[in-house]
Amino acid sequence: MLKQLTHVQVWVHDQDEALAFYTEKLGMELREDVTVPEMGNFRWLSVGVPGQDDVAITLMAIPGPPVFDEETREQIQKLLATGASGGLFFSTEDAKKSYEELKSRGVEFTQEPTEQPYGIDAGFRDPSGNHFRMAQPRS
Amino acid sequence: MTPVPPERHLLRAKDIVDARFREPLDVPALARAAYLSPAHFSREFRRAFGETPHRYLLTRRLERAAAMLRNTDRSVADICLTVGLRSVGSFTTSFKRVYGVSPIAYRAAHPPVERARVPTCVLQAYARPQSSSFREDSRAAHG
Repeated sequence: MLKQLTHVQVWVHDQDEALAFYTEKLGMELREDVTVPEMGNFRWLSVGVPGQDDVAITLMAIPGPPVFDEETREQIQKLLATGASGGLFFSTEDAKKSYEELKSRGVEFTQEPTEQPYGIDAGFRDPSGNHFRMAQPRS
Repeated sequence: MTPVPPERHLLRAKDIVDARFREPLDVPALARAAYLSPAHFSREFRRAFGETPHRYLLTRRLERAAAMLRNTDRSVADICLTVGLRSVGSFTTSFKRVYGVSPIAYRAAHPPVERARVPTCVLQAYARPQSSSFREDSRAAHG
């Protein structure tokens, strides 16, 4: 049967910009960066949270033909840009400290650290419009 | 580098509503965040999200007001100011239009309940009232 989750995928409007954001601003590490010329320069690009080696985030460019027709590609682009494409949830040891650090690096926050029944959490976005949350679990 | 689609700037303005609706925000301030003129901004926002920024801001505030009416014993005037609205009269009018009853009657009908343990952003998004009876709708339909 299924053993473990290894990759989650997020669409990004530009892989170079995403790589810089995820590594330089969010502090993730590059895991895989492979370009395949015979597949129209398809680029498998993934990053991960340092210390969590068994899960990576694949930063996927939105393909046009032959994968998706132009209309589908534009629909995905729009869902991404309007914040309708979903998101990821992270944990943090110190939500307020992480918020200050990430904000000082220019990360766009949708919610400041807020007390919740389960802990303190905050929301932010990547340049493409993906929504992320980080929560400091109640100890 | 692939440029970000224009909707991404509108999303920034929508995020500002979500994060700062308690402040005296208005449409021109939001338009600046999206790098557009107020008129153009309202049109484009509606095209991207299906409703005007004014209505999005108002319903966001009314949702928080309804939650505070259910879960706190703060006064209507206090709640009105806390959610970023300045006139208790127009707050009461808007509230009645959306929820069908006055804030006081709404509070009486909805005693506090145990809330699900999901992020506030989710509660706010799912509980935001939908109404087609705002005055701006008939205006938009004619112009």
